[in-house]
Amino acid sequence: MAQTKVIALTGNQAAAEAMRQINFDIAAVYPISPQTELMGFFAEYVANGEVDTEMIAVDGEHSAMATCIGAAAAGARTITASAGPGIAYMVENLYVASGMRVPIVLLDVNRALSAPLSIHCDHADSMLTRDTSWISIFSENAQEAYHNIIMAVKISEKAMFPIIVNYDGYIVSHSIEDVEILDDETVRNFVGPSDIHRIPYPLLDTDKPVTYGATAQPDYYTECKYQQHVDFLKVYDIVREVFDEFAEISGKRYDFIEEYKTEDAEYIGISMGSSFGTLKDAVDRLREQGRKVGAIKIRLYRPFPVKEIAQALSKAKGVVVLDRADSFDGIGGPLFKDIATALLATENNPYLHNFIYGLGGREIHEEEFMRAFDRLERLEKGIETRENFVEYLQVRE
Amino acid sequence: MEYIRLQEKLPPKEYRSDIEPTWCPGCGDFGVVTALTKAFSEEKLDPTAITMTSGIGCSSRLPLWMNAFGVHTAHGRALPAAVGIRLAKPETPTIVTAGDGDIFSIGMEHFPHTARKNFDITLVVMDNRMYALTKNQTSPTSRHGYKGSLNPYGNIEDPFNVIKFAIASGATFVAQSYSGNPKHLAETIQAAVEHKGFAFVNVLSPCPTFNKIDTFKYYKGRLIDINKELGHDPSDMKAALELASHALDADFPELEDAEPFKGKRPIGIFYKVEKETFEERVANLQEKFRPESGEPDWDEILAKYRP
Repeated sequence: MAQTKVIALTGNQAAAEAMRQINFDIAAVYPISPQTELMGFFAEYVANGEVDTEMIAVDGEHSAMATCIGAAAAGARTITASAGPGIAYMVENLYVASGMRVPIVLLDVNRALSAPLSIHCDHADSMLTRDTSWISIFSENAQEAYHNIIMAVKISEKAMFPIIVNYDGYIVSHSIEDVEILDDETVRNFVGPSDIHRIPYPLLDTDKPVTYGATAQPDYYTECKYQQHVDFLKVYDIVREVFDEFAEISGKRYDFIEEYKTEDAEYIGISMGSSFGTLKDAVDRLREQGRKVGAIKIRLYRPFPVKEIAQALSKAKGVVVLDRADSFDGIGGPLFKDIATALLATENNPYLHNFIYGLGGREIHEEEFMRAFDRLERLEKGIETRENFVEYLQVRE
Repeated sequence: MEYIRLQEKLPPKEYRSDIEPTWCPGCGDFGVVTALTKAFSEEKLDPTAITMTSGIGCSSRLPLWMNAFGVHTAHGRALPAAVGIRLAKPETPTIVTAGDGDIFSIGMEHFPHTARKNFDITLVVMDNRMYALTKNQTSPTSRHGYKGSLNPYGNIEDPFNVIKFAIASGATFVAQSYSGNPKHLAETIQAAVEHKGFAFVNVLSPCPTFNKIDTFKYYKGRLIDINKELGHDPSDMKAALELASHALDADFPELEDAEPFKGKRPIGIFYKVEKETFEERVANLQEKFRPESGEPDWDEILAKYRP
C-alpha cells in the first residue's frame, strides 16, 4: 500500500500533480479555458526540471492532437488537455488516433460548445467523442480526476486505445477540495517505465519499420474497423483489471458505475460528473420522505457499461436519465439513449424519462433533481403525461 | 461592387453600441475602437450595412461595442466567416477584428489564402504579443524570452514577422500602426477600409495586465513612420519587403543600431497595390458563362454526346 498525504488542491492542480508523478514524455498544449490553468501548473514542473516531459505550445488543438499522434506512434508516453471547442476542433484527429491504435491520454475539462459562446461546464464536448473509439472515463471530483489519470495511462497502453479523462470545468477544475495523493514511487511503479517497446509497433524500432494510417481500399477497410470493434470490446476486462490493480496500491476500489441506495429503489436517477453529489443529496432528502429512490453514476462512459446498467436497473420501476448535453434529435440526450439501449439487456422494462440540465454552467440544486424524481414517478403512475421522452429541467420559458 | 454609403457623415459615436467594453482599464484595444469609429465616419459607411467578424480572445469581443452587425465565430475562423459574407453580400463593408493568437496561430491557415485571393476585407489585428483572455501565454508574435504561464522561464521560439508574411502572401494592402497614436491609427484604418481588396493592419496594442514588456511606456519614442520619416513608397514591393524584413529588429538588442529603423518599431503603409478582387472575378465569371437567354439548348448539348 502506498504512502499517502491529503492536500488541498483544485481539480486542475490535482491533474497536474498526477501528470508530474506519471512523468509523461511529451505534452502538447494550447490554451483554452478552463483547461489552460492545468497546463500552467504543469509548465512549472517542466520549467523547474521536476519532470522529463518535453512540452510544446502548438498552434491549435487540431495540431495538439496531431503532435500527440506522432509522439505516441514514436513510442512516447503522451498527453494533451483541452475543453469544449478545443475538443471539437480535435475530433478529426481523435478518429485518426484510435484508428492507428496509439495510446494517448486526453484530459477533457468539460465545457459547453459555441454558439452562444460559453466557457462554462456541460458535457457537449465529451459527447462529440463518444463514437470515436476512445475510452472515456468521467470524474466526479478532483480526487477521482487524479486517480483516473493515473489509471488512464495504464488502461490506454494495455488496450492500445487512446483514453479521455473527463472532469467538469470550473466546478471541479477550479474548486479546492481535499485530495489524497499517492507517493511518487508508487505511481511510477504502477504506470511502469515508458519504454518504447511497451507498445507493439513503435515507429523508432528500426528492426520493425512500419507505416501508420496508410490507405485502406474497400477490400480491407471493413476488416480494419472490425478489428478495432472486436478489440474495443476487450477494453471492459482491461479497465476492470487496472481498477483492481489500482485498488491494491490505493485502497480505493472503483467500478464502471457507482450505485447509491439502489438496492430497494423503485425510482433511479442517473448522472455523470460533478452533479452526482447533488443527486445523492436529492436521494437522501426523498428517502427522508419515505420515497424509495436511488442513484447511479456512470464512471466508464466508453465502452458503455451495458451489463452493469442492465443489472442495476433490473428491478427499477422508473428511471430518470440526467443529461448534461442535448442531442437535438427528437429522441433524448446522449446518455438517455445509452441507458435505453442498455435496458435491452434486461427483462425488466422500467418507465424511462430524460431531463437535460446544467447546460453552459447552469448551477444544479438538489430541489431540481427532486423535481425530476417527482415528475418521473407521476409519469410512471399515469398521473401526468408527456409529449416527449426528453424535457428541460431548468429553463425560463 | 460599391459599398453602401450614407449621403452625410455620421458622428463617430454613432458607430458605438450601448455596450460598455469589458476590457481592462488601459487596454490598447480601446484606441482601436475609437479609430474604427472615426474611419467609418470619414468613409460615410452605413452602420446598418457594416459587418464585423471576430474570432476568440479579448480583442475579438470588439464587435459587441460597435453599432454594426457582428459575427463572433469560432477560434481562428473570423476570416472564412468574413469570406462567406463577402460572397453573399458584396455591397457590405466587411471588417475583421481579432487578435494575434486568433489570426496568426489557430486561424493561421486562413490568413495567407484570404490575402492571396484578395477578398475585399479589412483585417485589423490587435497585436498585444500574447494570449490575454486565457491569462498570459506566448503567441506567435511573442518575443523570444517572453515569460508566459506555459513557459515561466521564457519563450524559446522566435516571433513571427507578420508584415513580411502578409506581403509575401499577396495581401494588396499591408500596414502597421499603434493604438497609442489615435491619429495615425484612424488614418491607417480608413485607408484600409477605402482600399479595394484584402487590407491588413497590424496594430501594436499593449496589454497592460499581462505584457509588462511591450507597454505604452516601451513604445513611447520608439516608433518610426516609414512613409513620413523614411519616405517609403508603398507601391514599391521590393522596398516594402526589405523594410518588412527589419520589422522585428527592435526585439533583438544586437540590432539596436541597425538600419533602417535603429531600434524603433515601424508604423505606416508598407505595401499597397490595386488588383482585381475575388468578388469581381466571381462576378466576371458568372457574366461570362451566363447563357444569353433563358433555357440552354438541351438538344444541342445532348447532340454532342451522341455517336
